[in-house]
Amino acid sequence: MKTWHMIIDVEKCEDCNNCLLACKDEYVNNEWKGYSKPQPNLGQKWINVQRKERGTFPLIDVAYRPTPCMNCDDAPCIKASKGCASKRSDGIVIIDPEKSKGREDLVKSCPYDVIWWNAELNIPQKCTFCAHLKDEGWKEPRCVQVCPTGALRIENLTDEEFSQIIENEKLEVLHKELKTSPRVYYKNLYRFEKCFIVGSVSIKKDGIVDCAEDARVVLYKEKVKIEESITDNYGDFKFDKLDEDSGEYTLEVSYKDKKSKTITVNVAKSINVGEILFD
Amino acid sequence: MGKGVMRYTNNTNGGPVFVYVKAGKIIRITPIDFDDKDADPWTIKAKGKSFTPPKKTTVSPHTMAWKSMIYSPDRIKYPMKRVDFDPNGERNPQNRGVSGYERISWDEALDIVAGEIKRVKKDHGPGAIMNGSGSHHTWGALGYWLGARIRFFNTIGWTPIAHNPDSWEGWFWGATHHWGHSSRNGGGEAYSTVEDCMQNSEMVVFWSSDPESTSGVYGASEGTIRRMWLKELGIKMVHIDPFYNHTAALMGGKWIAPKVGTDSAMILAIAYVWITEDLYDKEYVATRTIGFDIWKDYILGGDDGILKTPEWQETETGVPAKDVRALAREWGTKKTYLTAGGITGFGGACRTATGTDWARGVVCLMGMQGMGKPGVNMGGVQQGTPVDTRFYFPGYAEGSMSGDFTGPGHGTTLYQRMPQLPSVNTVKQVVPRLRIPEAVIDGKTSGYSTDPMSIEGQFFEYKYPAPGHSPVKMYYKYGGSHFGTMPDTNRYVNMYRTDSLEFVVNQSIWHEGESKFADVILPACTNFERFDISEFANCGGYIFNSFTQVNNRVAVMQHKCIEPIGESKSDIEIFLEISKRLELANPFSEGHSEFDWCKRFFDATDLKTKISWKKFLKRGYYVIPPTTEESRDPVSMRWFAEGKEKDTPELTPLPGDYTEEYRKGLQTQSGKIEFESSSLKRFDPDDPDRLPIMKYVASWEGPSTKELYDKYPLQLMSPHPRYTFHTQSDGKESTINDISEHRALIDGYYYWIARINASDAKARGIKENDLVKLYNDRGAVICAAKLTERVPPGTVHSYESSAKYDPVGEPGKSADRGGCINQLTPSRMIIKKSHGAGYMSCLIEVKKWDGKEVAI
Ligand SMILES: Nc1nc2c(c(=O)[nH]1)N[C@H]1C(S)=C(S)[C@@H](COP(=O)(O)OP(=O)(O)OC[C@H]3O[C@@H](n4cnc5c(=O)[nH]c(N)nc54)[C@H](O)[C@@H]3O)O[C@H]1N2
Ligand SMILES: Nc1nc2c(c(=O)[nH]1)N[C@H]1C(S)=C(S)[C@@H](COP(=O)(O)OP(=O)(O)OC[C@H]3O[C@@H](n4cnc5c(=O)[nH]c(N)nc54)[C@H](O)[C@@H]3O)O[C@H]1N2
Ligand code: SF4
Ligand code: SF4
Ligand code: SF4
Ligand SMILES: [Ca+2]
Ligand SMILES: [Ca+2]
Ligand SMILES: [Mo+4]
Repeated sequence: MKTWHMIIDVEKCEDCNNCLLACKDEYVNNEWKGYSKPQPNLGQKWINVQRKERGTFPLIDVAYRPTPCMNCDDAPCIKASKGCASKRSDGIVIIDPEKSKGREDLVKSCPYDVIWWNAELNIPQKCTFCAHLKDEGWKEPRCVQVCPTGALRIENLTDEEFSQIIENEKLEVLHKELKTSPRVYYKNLYRFEKCFIVGSVSIKKDGIVDCAEDARVVLYKEKVKIEESITDNYGDFKFDKLDEDSGEYTLEVSYKDKKSKTITVNVAKSINVGEILFD
Repeated sequence: MGKGVMRYTNNTNGGPVFVYVKAGKIIRITPIDFDDKDADPWTIKAKGKSFTPPKKTTVSPHTMAWKSMIYSPDRIKYPMKRVDFDPNGERNPQNRGVSGYERISWDEALDIVAGEIKRVKKDHGPGAIMNGSGSHHTWGALGYWLGARIRFFNTIGWTPIAHNPDSWEGWFWGATHHWGHSSRNGGGEAYSTVEDCMQNSEMVVFWSSDPESTSGVYGASEGTIRRMWLKELGIKMVHIDPFYNHTAALMGGKWIAPKVGTDSAMILAIAYVWITEDLYDKEYVATRTIGFDIWKDYILGGDDGILKTPEWQETETGVPAKDVRALAREWGTKKTYLTAGGITGFGGACRTATGTDWARGVVCLMGMQGMGKPGVNMGGVQQGTPVDTRFYFPGYAEGSMSGDFTGPGHGTTLYQRMPQLPSVNTVKQVVPRLRIPEAVIDGKTSGYSTDPMSIEGQFFEYKYPAPGHSPVKMYYKYGGSHFGTMPDTNRYVNMYRTDSLEFVVNQSIWHEGESKFADVILPACTNFERFDISEFANCGGYIFNSFTQVNNRVAVMQHKCIEPIGESKSDIEIFLEISKRLELANPFSEGHSEFDWCKRFFDATDLKTKISWKKFLKRGYYVIPPTTEESRDPVSMRWFAEGKEKDTPELTPLPGDYTEEYRKGLQTQSGKIEFESSSLKRFDPDDPDRLPIMKYVASWEGPSTKELYDKYPLQLMSPHPRYTFHTQSDGKESTINDISEHRALIDGYYYWIARINASDAKARGIKENDLVKLYNDRGAVICAAKLTERVPPGTVHSYESSAKYDPVGEPGKSADRGGCINQLTPSRMIIKKSHGAGYMSCLIEVKKWDGKEVAI
């Protein structure tokens, strides 16, 4: 039995918001009977692109995490719904636009914050995975169709086939600890959830400072070597995928025959240690 | 489609679309997925891999917002008259912008406008009617402002507003003098550069270039996949931009952030490293360029005693010398593509006070590296796909039904194909767009010509008023963008409120900044409510063959999908109705409807050899097949690097502009890349703004203007908005307002956004989403603050082009909370002898806004 899954690659998302706008195009002012009532023109983001900046000028990166309904297999919203939300056999979770009248409480039932309250129509609303289009034979939901980078992907597969993809592509779910069995999987979530240590190594020779290429930087945590990085032609190095608030680390920086330097940093979130100069 | 749904086609600034209509209402707008009947795309083979783009069209965000724009509550639904305007009595011009409007009938509105046209011509003589439009428009070759609008105004006689070369500025006024390309406003060609870049280059330097935001121009998301291919091929990327832009964020690579408008110092330092470390192409410099030794001498301190070292540039740009040296060394040793601007010829850096030096400087750098050799060229794969350039389909700048055969595009590339009544403006007076307020308020001004026919065309100064002509008395404004897009825009607000303008009519689709400063408002409809015809990303004109930005060329029948909203009419119909009242209907329309003109246009193109008119109408689009691999265009500038005749499919240089032999050499006097420009030597060798060689001249507004910098210590950069197309789709309750990086919803109001480095914010007690006042001596704008590390300390980033002007007090004299950042930008010409803007060179201060204070 094939069911629907979505795969979102955080590294490929560029915050263009084509997905959000296509979603609005489909749902604002349109009623899809049995699936959804019109979304208000402004105020709801059924796919919500969250942003995260890491580091400080000039060593930074930025990542975006589009967040639609997870279509959980163990959905708290269904549990709380007293029958007004349900799961279709293809995996999609639908909040019945008629039965859910007045159920503002459903908004809070979702741990992913993807249910929106429509005050005018007095109903909770969310992403429907474009169920009405799938039922008409469309191969992709609106958001996937307009994604320019392939950050959004939709797969109609059996559980076995999909678990193979999870393994091969190292997919993760958002907030695994919630145990809601989401059908939306992420790639490269570290760009959002983990942090880094970056810096630039330089060398002074004959009064001139240059970038130190091929400097060796070793990262230690409690004296245990974790990783090693060789600087690029700008002298830059980066250690990524560290846990936020993971405490003290030591960097050992060596360059050619120079005496190596040791730097201690305290990691709360991503940190730019700045320039490390050999002279 | 079934269920009473019809699927039409149409086209936008961000890609062609299917339009689904049910019961007279648009229900959805999507990109076009091609089917088996459509031609397959091309394949590029590079480094052992094959790359083929998807068989579909892509979109820009603003395209996906169109439905909300069509049904926007800010649509002008019926003709209106200002309540205290009486054409036969009190006109109360001082109340423009404050008094309200009443609904009037079309008959009344058209009678007033036609009556005023006759009256001002009779009372004042030729020149009294001024018209201007935006630089952009709803898509469609006929309805475009370069089509029907020109024919109409030529028919009645008018003072046109001459556009400054806005997108190109520094390229037009600077780069042209070093490598020609005047027909491209000083920008470059890009034939087959996608394939060359993928196959032969090792690095791409993006300099003031963010195609992920700007799509080149009109290119939807077509270039995105190609840039992802570069990444897949392991081609390194560097981004030189004071803003960590969206291309940098997606592609990764080194980010180098000079202070706004200081790039020319970095250029000199790069050249310094290449000269002193022997990292340039000496053979090419010797045989393909002239004047290098003079520039070299300047760089090595020969005339001012200053070595233009990386250390020297650091004091100007703020970029560590070591980073510039590392960049120069890498660039000097790797085969490198330089993309300066989203496409070659653009880039925010060209719209700074030093934009002419940046643009000519990057041309000089490429002159040192052997531009045209395999893997060494200009472009960032945004243009130059292997589509078929031989298939004839004109862009909007070819002037469609304008009949204006003296307009460059029309006469050279369309007129012969689409015979029509010629239309000629009999009024020889022009108002420079950047000086409209001065023309109106002071009654006199001057400008330099944006003439792309030759390098020397731009040397001609013209005066307003023209000899024997009437000053402007009536302003027929088309659209309402200028408060958001022109520099120092309180000038434009104040202009409306003087009595020099006896009559103002505004013809617009939506209420935007300027519409409510008119006496009469005429409601136009969108391109989804009328017929038109066009091609994906084909503007033609200054960006000849601009469709090489797309992966699949698509010709589109723009169906009239729904009836016009309210009482709105197509622009062409409005012009026709006025023409009728002036007995000018025939010269304006040749008796043809918009639909008839579509057919005439179709017949002018090569479409007619591939598909019948009937089939085209029904299917709505045609995919122009790519050429075979063997017949792809030669790579731009390859002929030049190899010392051959020009072999790219370009019309220019015009025959008379070759020096020794037809098709041999560039347009410059020497036919070579000129480090020392012969045209500038001829024109004015001592002009300190524009010396024959590029030297570092500090910005006239920036960190080196000490006194002003002490007072206003932040540099405001205002590049092109990512989510909207200029003012199009901003405000108007378009769905784009929901994007929190576009506007921020605070206390029920959607505020424009200003990005400020966290340290600058902290020093001013500003927190995320605080309302702040951005101000200088020219104006004040209320924005929502976003704290970020994407700009260096000392720089504030806020997009230009707010569609909304919402003064908190008296118009023109109070802070604007609509978000017209251009209230703050300088109106000084980029260089004195030009008609060009240096928007990006703008000093401001920012402070928390207490919600009360209103005066500037
Ligand atoms: N600070 C700063 N300012 C800049 C720039 C910058 O980099 N920084 N860039 C400059 C550049 S490159 C440009 S091109 C300009 C653009 O500046 P403008 O050309 O002034 O801006 P647009 O928003 O394109 O203006 C188009 C206008 O035409 C109207 N319009 C569109 N379609 C139709 C139609 O079918 N009928 C009618 N009647 N009206 C229509 C729109 O509503 C809008 O008012 O901005 C410039 N301003
Ligand atoms: N979404 C969208 N797309 C558009 C448009 C739009 O309004 N919206 N407008 C279209 C038009 S008319 C044009 S002309 C093109 C414009 O295309 P471009 O001119 O290429 O775009 P800009 O955003 O003005 O500038 C590109 C980059 O230059 C950077 N920049 C600004 N000042 C400086 C500087 O002093 N030095 C350096 N190194 N970098 C600087 C900006 O941060 C920006 O990332 O875009 C077209 N495409
Ligand atoms: S994400 Fe929220 S709304 Fe969606 S299925 Fe899970 S609990 Fe329900
Ligand atoms: S799947 Fe459909 S409903 Fe869900 S976010 Fe995407 S477009 Fe919106
Ligand atoms: S369309 Fe794709 S790239 Fe754009 S914001 Fe959505 S997920 Fe990200
Ligand atoms: Ca006459
Ligand atoms: Ca010549
Ligand atoms: Mo432009």
